[in-house]
This record gives sequence, structure tokens and C-alpha cells, in this order.
Amino acid sequence: MTLHQLNNHLNSVPETAPTSPALRVDGLKAYYQTRWFGITREVRAVDDITLRIEHDEIYGIAGESSSGKSSLIKTIAGAIRPPLNVVSGSVNFDFGTRKVDLYSLKPEERTAIRWKHLAYIMQGSMSVLNPLRRVRQSFVDFAFRHMGLPMPAFLRAVEEHLLKLHLQPGVLDSYPHELSGGMRQRVVIALATVCRPGFIIADEPTTALDVVVQKSVLTMIREVQREMRASILFVTHDMAVHANLTDRLGIMYAGRLVEEGRTRDLFRNPRHPYTIHLIRSLPRIGDAEPRKGLEGTPPNLADPPPGCRFHPRCPIAMDVCRVVVPPMQSLGGGHRVACHAVTGGTVQ
Amino acid sequence: MSGADTALLDVRGVSRSFWTGGLLSRRRIDAVKDVSFTLTDARPEIFTIIGESGSGKSTLARMILNGMTPTGGSIAFGGEDLTTIRKTRDRMRFMSRVQPIFQNPFESFNPLSKVDRYLTMTARNFTDARSQAETDAASDRALRKVGLSLAEVKDRFPHELSGGQLQRIAIARALIPGPRLIVADEPVSMVDASLRVAIVNLFKDLRDELKVSIIYITHDLATAYYISDRIIIMQKGEVVESGDARAVLDNPQHPYSILLKNSVLSPDVPDDDEPQTIERDRAARSY
Amino acid sequence: MLKIFRDLLRFNLEFAIGTLIVSIIVGLSVLSFFSPYPPEDIYVVAPDVPPSWEYWLGTTSRGQDVFWQMTAALRNTLLFGIAVAAISRVISLTIGLVSGYMGGMTDRVLMSINDTFIIIPLFPILVLFYFVMRDSMSWALLALIMAALGWAYDARLIRSVAMSLRTREFTSQCIFSGMSPRQIMTREHLPYVLPIVFSTTLNNMNWSIGMEVTLSVLGFTDINTPTIGSMLYWANQHTALVAGVWWWIALPVIAVMMLFIGLYLLATALNEYIDPRSRLSRMGGAA
Ligand SMILES: Nc1ncnc2c1ncn2[C@@H]1O[C@H](COP(=O)(O)OP(=O)(O)OP(=O)(O)O)[C@@H](O)[C@H]1O
Ligand SMILES: Nc1ncnc2c1ncn2[C@@H]1O[C@H](COP(=O)(O)OP(=O)(O)OP(=O)(O)O)[C@@H](O)[C@H]1O
Ligand code: SF4
Ligand SMILES: [Mg+2]
Ligand SMILES: [Mg+2]
Repeated sequence: MTLHQLNNHLNSVPETAPTSPALRVDGLKAYYQTRWFGITREVRAVDDITLRIEHDEIYGIAGESSSGKSSLIKTIAGAIRPPLNVVSGSVNFDFGTRKVDLYSLKPEERTAIRWKHLAYIMQGSMSVLNPLRRVRQSFVDFAFRHMGLPMPAFLRAVEEHLLKLHLQPGVLDSYPHELSGGMRQRVVIALATVCRPGFIIADEPTTALDVVVQKSVLTMIREVQREMRASILFVTHDMAVHANLTDRLGIMYAGRLVEEGRTRDLFRNPRHPYTIHLIRSLPRIGDAEPRKGLEGTPPNLADPPPGCRFHPRCPIAMDVCRVVVPPMQSLGGGHRVACHAVTGGTVQ
Repeated sequence: MSGADTALLDVRGVSRSFWTGGLLSRRRIDAVKDVSFTLTDARPEIFTIIGESGSGKSTLARMILNGMTPTGGSIAFGGEDLTTIRKTRDRMRFMSRVQPIFQNPFESFNPLSKVDRYLTMTARNFTDARSQAETDAASDRALRKVGLSLAEVKDRFPHELSGGQLQRIAIARALIPGPRLIVADEPVSMVDASLRVAIVNLFKDLRDELKVSIIYITHDLATAYYISDRIIIMQKGEVVESGDARAVLDNPQHPYSILLKNSVLSPDVPDDDEPQTIERDRAARSY
Repeated sequence: MLKIFRDLLRFNLEFAIGTLIVSIIVGLSVLSFFSPYPPEDIYVVAPDVPPSWEYWLGTTSRGQDVFWQMTAALRNTLLFGIAVAAISRVISLTIGLVSGYMGGMTDRVLMSINDTFIIIPLFPILVLFYFVMRDSMSWALLALIMAALGWAYDARLIRSVAMSLRTREFTSQCIFSGMSPRQIMTREHLPYVLPIVFSTTLNNMNWSIGMEVTLSVLGFTDINTPTIGSMLYWANQHTALVAGVWWWIALPVIAVMMLFIGLYLLATALNEYIDPRSRLSRMGGAA
């Protein structure tokens, strides 16, 4: 990234954004609401999330397992179904030609948008492939309509695309169970990206891949992104991928965004205690020093702790943390953090 | 040291091939070619298998778990050839000593069954627990080893739990019978960095305290370096390099091992005026 | 389940119409229990009376009230269809699940039996049975024979689903939880194939009712139990159409057509609901 590009990025932080961002999420709350024999149970998987994603930007999300990353992604992609419901807030896309407020649309229209403008690679999506159909048929089922090519040209395009993902055209003749985990994963990525969408939403797309293939898949995703000037929302646990791919990074803990900023800033200068722990726990080759996982158990999202949700596990928790929810506050340069210890939290 | 009678697991010249494709385009795939290694009972260890995607790691794991027969070579567990373990009683005994953890937590539970059922069934079939209270206690004990509790898991369907939660439940289930060997196929690829460390630390404890050997299949070279004793690196079904984990990873010899190590993305962000690694690579790359 | 039913009623016209028709038929057959005359008795009313206030649908040349006769006939025909469907479903489930899960030799043997049943010509066999059994041919026996002949297609379908379930990781998880093959098939795999079974049940009922009607009309069954088929048989024997007793023929034909259409509509509506692809898109968000 050149300095010039860097400046562009600094300028494109939400507050000063001149044009409308590709994605605007405001105060989004999405809960799993189940009712069993009159007892309502509410899992607050996405709780009051606000974020912006610019055109031509790769935004990463990391966070604890079960902190609601997949739920957030599903909600943004408009792929939710009961019991997951949007309780409040909005999701606005700007596809260039068309601006949509996702949750003011009817469910059918939402689905249509998802197929047309979004590529959504869901977590564990390898199991999406129909086990009784060969891979070729899945491509025809899902992508043929959207490509508008005659069949031979379509298949040629698919084969070329597969080659970019280091897959031989032979996989088209296989059944899903005949492929290794990584091959299936790449088939799904190919399915989602073969139509060259303008906004890519990917939930753990590279977890089952070896590092060599992972790198080329990331390169391919990057290429599609550059070519289309697409935006990407990329969820992964692999911090190294974030370090090397994403422009900005958001960290989630217990259904909330706790820190957000330029990926480099977050890695060099993490401020939230959870982020600090996360970055420190990364093992490296050539370093066998013992590392520790986070003490305590992840919070139960059906009954989250009051105040800062991290306080039962936070090494520097203060009294105020147990009572007052820390608001997201800007530290400048697009770096935002929700922690009383950083922003000098007092009761307002 | 690896005398035939002290060997916990003896994999000898194992191969496996598949036929695939349509009638006209039948192809033979040699998924695993002539792989050999031995784990000893006396010295439990974490034995890591790393390799290309599609290089036969899962196939090898399936054969060690006796879910697939090799097309060449032989595998023996505790001196007993796996092909002789056919009767139900023998298989139950085998399974109480060898347990798997699978790759994809979303796939490893039946979406139509509640997850605690697997824990209960395992406790009932492989331990002395008979009553509901006893199986619950056994499940809870195992869940607590992985940072969960039965209360959080009971009566829930897989889709109500996150990937990380499911994977920890799968590990807890595998621990219930008190196995001698755990075959873990990419057990941490779906969990966060901190939990990943917690789980591999758990593996270490299992090895050091419960004397369980672990076959750890992974793509994460960093955790492999962190916990493994020995390592093999596979490519296209063959073992291309093997040895002491740290020695191999510090100083890989085979071209593929070197490529592998060089492809590892570092969790360090580049300097401000440098392009991101992915981008830098694009210029030099050729498909 | 109830909710699915309600939604289907509301959003799926075919389902709504099918349900309506089938409920009418079922209602009619329930009425047979309130019939003033025992259905097997003849000459209980004046013969050959056209539809009137006293005999809504007229009477037959054998002195039976067509309306009450028809309620009994519908009940028996419906029961016949249900019995055949239920028995043949049990057979196809057992064979399909076992064959798909066990694979190998078991699968080959079962499937060759299966294929034999698919290709043997049904109708001649049924007629043959009649000539062998003659008077001992009863309603129940015919149902058994039809069931024994009508399971093969579905068994193949169920086997293919079971085969793909076997390759999924959760099946291995079940095995290593110590579940027996029977438990895996009944508790874990059965729920996946039940939807298929539901929809084919309706088609199978249609098929067996059609067969029964055909056989009865030709007199190849036990014609003393009132069914739609035997009603038509007697009407033909008394050359009802020539004699101008059209209501004796027309009304049972209308009734059985309605039953066919109703079952067919239900089957297509359910088929659409459980089609793997449309189900896939419904399940998508959960995965
Ligand atoms: N259908 C559901 N009903 C009830 N709770 C659910 C449901 N689906 C998910 N949850 C809960 O919502 C929370 C968030 O889950 P989510 O899958 O979004 O986590 P995640 O951050 O993607 O985790 P991971 O990184 O492990 O995939 C979890 O506590 C999970 O148990
Ligand atoms: N049942 C099968 N039928 C045909 N081919 C198969 C079958 N199972 C595996 N293969 C092939 O064997 C090879 C090795 O697959 P395997 O699953 O062992 O790879 P892997 O090393 O585990 O890869 P990954 O890291 O992606 O999980 C692949 O080329 C795969 O296509
Ligand atoms: S707000 Fe308090 S408890 Fe929360 S992270 Fe900051 S210091 Fe810790
Ligand atoms: Mg997730
Ligand atoms: Mg694998």
C-alpha cells in the first residue's frame, strides 16, 4: 500500500466519508428468540453493532468463538430465518447502481438481492453441496442462470475459475464425499465467486485449506476484489490472514464490537484487553514459549454479564465495568474502542 | 524402542487408492502411498501430520480409525492387526481405546439430533455409568475439561451452537471413554486463536497427565510447532519429510516443506509503507 | 409439525385442495359406521331406485343403498390402501436403510432382490395368486401380497439417501459413541428418509387402490367385501349401464377419482416441500 493509498484509507473512516459507504450497519440487534411452552429464551448474538465498509475495502472480523460473528454476517447478508430475528437497527447497502435498506424489503426481495449482488460464503458451507449430485450439477444449479452464457462457454469459464483455485477440472465429475475437506471448501468458494459479485461476504472460507492453497485462494479473492472494486467482509479466526489481507479489522466479543480500526493499528497497538490477549496468544513457528488461553468461560449470550461483558475475565476490570456498558469511543485515525480503562470511563 | 510388542500404533507401508469419475472418465487416485510410522506405548506423544490439501491425511486417519481398509500395507494397534478387529465386542474395545475428533464441527453432529445425546451414548457404552445421573456426571466432567458445562449444552441442537462450541463438545465426547489414542483431524481450524491455544494446551495435558497419544492433523504450522513431538509432511499421498517437529519446521529440507513454511502468513503486520503480503505475492506468482 | 401443516394449507393451493378432497373422502368412510344396513347384506331396500329423497344416491339392483354402500366401500378401499402402504413402507425402509448403511455384500444381495421385484410383471402375478388361492383369497391377504410387491422402488431411493448419510462425519461420530448399527439407522438416519416415505406413501396408496379396483372389476379378488372395486364388479355383473342404473357405476367412479386426485395433489405438494433442493435453500441459513 502506498502512502497515497494509505491516506485514502485514513480519509475513508466513517465520520469523514464523503460518499456513501458500500455497507452501513447501524445499531443492529439480532437475537435468537425461541419460545418453548411459554418460556421465551433470547440469545443476544448481535447486540448493537454499528460499522461501515467502504467501496473497495476489505473489512475483517475476528473474535471469540460463539461471539456472534456468523450471526452478524448472516444478518448482514439477509440470510436469517427464525429464530434469528432483527430486533432493531438497519443494514444499508450501496451497490453503486442501487441503494437498498435490507430490512425494509420483503423477504423475497431480500433473497433476490442476495443472489444478485452478494456472494455469501457461509461457515461450514462445505456441507451445502448436495451429496447426491456431482459438483458439475451444483454449478449448473446455482450459477448457470446468473452467468448468462451458453452451456459450453459456462463450463469453460467454471473450469478456468477452478484452475485459479488450484482445482483440476476433474473435480467437476466428483461427488462431494469424494473430495477432501479443502477441495470441497474451494469448490464452494468457486461457486460463490464465479459470477464476480460486487460485495463478498465470507465466513471462515479458508479454514480447511493448507497454507499454500490458502495463500492462492486469498490472492484469488483479492484479485476478484480488485477487478470489481468489490468490498469484502471477511470473518476468520486466523489472525495471520487478517494481518495480511484486511484493511480494517473489527473485534467482537459476546455479541458486541469491542474494538475497530486499521488492521495495522490494531495489531501494533491493541487497546481493548481482549484484543491484547488475542494478539498475544498467537503462536509462531520457531517460538515454543508456553501460551495461555483466556481464563474463565465465554459468557452465556442468553444471560450476558451486566456492564462490560468482558469484566468477569478482564485482568484490569474496575468497579464501573460491572455496571456501565462501555460505549464505542474514537481514539482518532478511525480507531474505536469500547473500554472504560482506555477511554477513562466515568458514569455519564 | 519401537519393538513390535510395545508399539501402540504401527502403520506399515500403508497405501490406499480410489476409483472416481464417470464411466468414461474413470481415474485412479492414489490418496495414500506407502506411509509408515510407529507410536510407542511407553512414550505418549503428539504426532503431527501436515500436508497439502487432498494429500491423504484424512484418508490415513480414517484407516487408522479402522473405518476404511488399506489397499496395501497394514496397520496394527496394540499389536493387533486392524483387519482382525471385526466382531462387535472387539470393535467396542478398539473404540474405547482409539477415539476420533473430526474436521468440520458442523458436519460431525447430526443436525436432527440433540448434541448431548452423543455424550450420553458414549458414557453409557464405554464407561460404567448406567443411570441418567451417572452419564450426566460423566458428560459434565468431560465438558468441563474443555471449558463448557452440561447445563450449556443440554437439549440443544447443533445449529444452536457455534462452531467452536461444537468442536469442544466433540473433543469432550472423545475424552469420555479414556482413550489411549486420539486421532484429531483438524480439530482447531474452527476455533478462535485463544481457544486454539487452550485446546492444544489441553492436548499437551492429555499427553503428559493421562498419557494419551495424539495424532494431530492440521494446517496450522504454528500450533504444530508449539505442541508436537514428531511430524510428518505429506504431499500427494506420500510422506516427503519426517522427524522431530521443531527440527523439521525450523529447517525444512524437502522443496515442498520449504514452500509450505514460506507460505505461512506471519501474524505480524507489515510496515506502513509496505504492501500487504498477499499483494506483494501477486506480482511474483505464476499459476 | 402443526405449523408446517398450517403454512402448507395457507400457501400451497394444491395442498389445500388435496386436503379438502381427502378429508371429504375420509369423512364419508367414517359415516359407514353409522350405516343403517350391514354393508354385506343384499336386498335390504327396494332395488333399482334412482336418486331420491329417501335414497340420496339411489339403490342397486341387489337392493343396497348406494350411499351407504359407498361409504363402506370407500372405508375398505382406503384401509386397503393404507395397509398396503404401511406394510410396504416398513419393508422398503428396512431394506433401504440396511442396504445403504451396511453396503458391501449385504447391499449387493439386497439390491439384486430389490431389482428382481422391480422388473417382475405385477399384474400377471396377482392374477396368478388369485387362481392359486381362489376362495381363501381375502382382503387382508391381497394387501399383504401387494405390499410384498410394492416396496422395491422406494427401497432403492431410501438406499441412496442412506448411502450418502453413511459417508457423513456424524455417522462416524455415532459409531465412535458406541451406537449399534440398529440405533444409528433408526435414531439417526430414519428421520432423514421419513419425508421421502411420507410422499411416496400417498403415491403408493394410489397405486394399490388402482390395482385393487382393476383386480376387483375383473373379479380376481374377494368380491364379497364391499370395496369400490367390488361395487363396480357387481354393477357390471348386473349390466347396470345397459339397464339404466347409471348411478350404481357413476358414483363410485366419481368417488374413487376424487380420492386419486386428492392423494395425487397431496403427494405433489409434499414432494415439492421435501425436494432436497428447495429444502436446501430453506436450511441454508442454519448451516
Ligand atoms: N439457532 C440458534 N438458536 C439459539 N442460539 C443460537 C442459534 N444459532 C446460534 N446460536 C448462539 O448464538 C451465539 C453466536 O453464534 P455464532 O454462530 O454467531 O458464533 P460465531 O462467532 O460465528 O462463532 P464461531 O467462531 O465458533 O463460528 C452462540 O452462543 C450460539 O450458541
Ligand atoms: N471416498 C472417496 N472416493 C474417491 N476419492 C476419494 C475418497 N475419499 C478421498 N478421496 C480422494 O483422496 C484424496 C485425499 O483425500 P483426503 O480427504 O485424505 O485429503 P486431506 O489430506 O485430508 O485433505 P484436506 O487437508 O483438504 O482435508 C483426494 O484427492 C480425494 O479426492
Ligand atoms: S471496560 Fe473494564 S472490564 Fe471491560 S475491558 Fe475495559 S477494563 Fe476490562
Ligand atoms: Mg461462526
Ligand atoms: Mg482432511
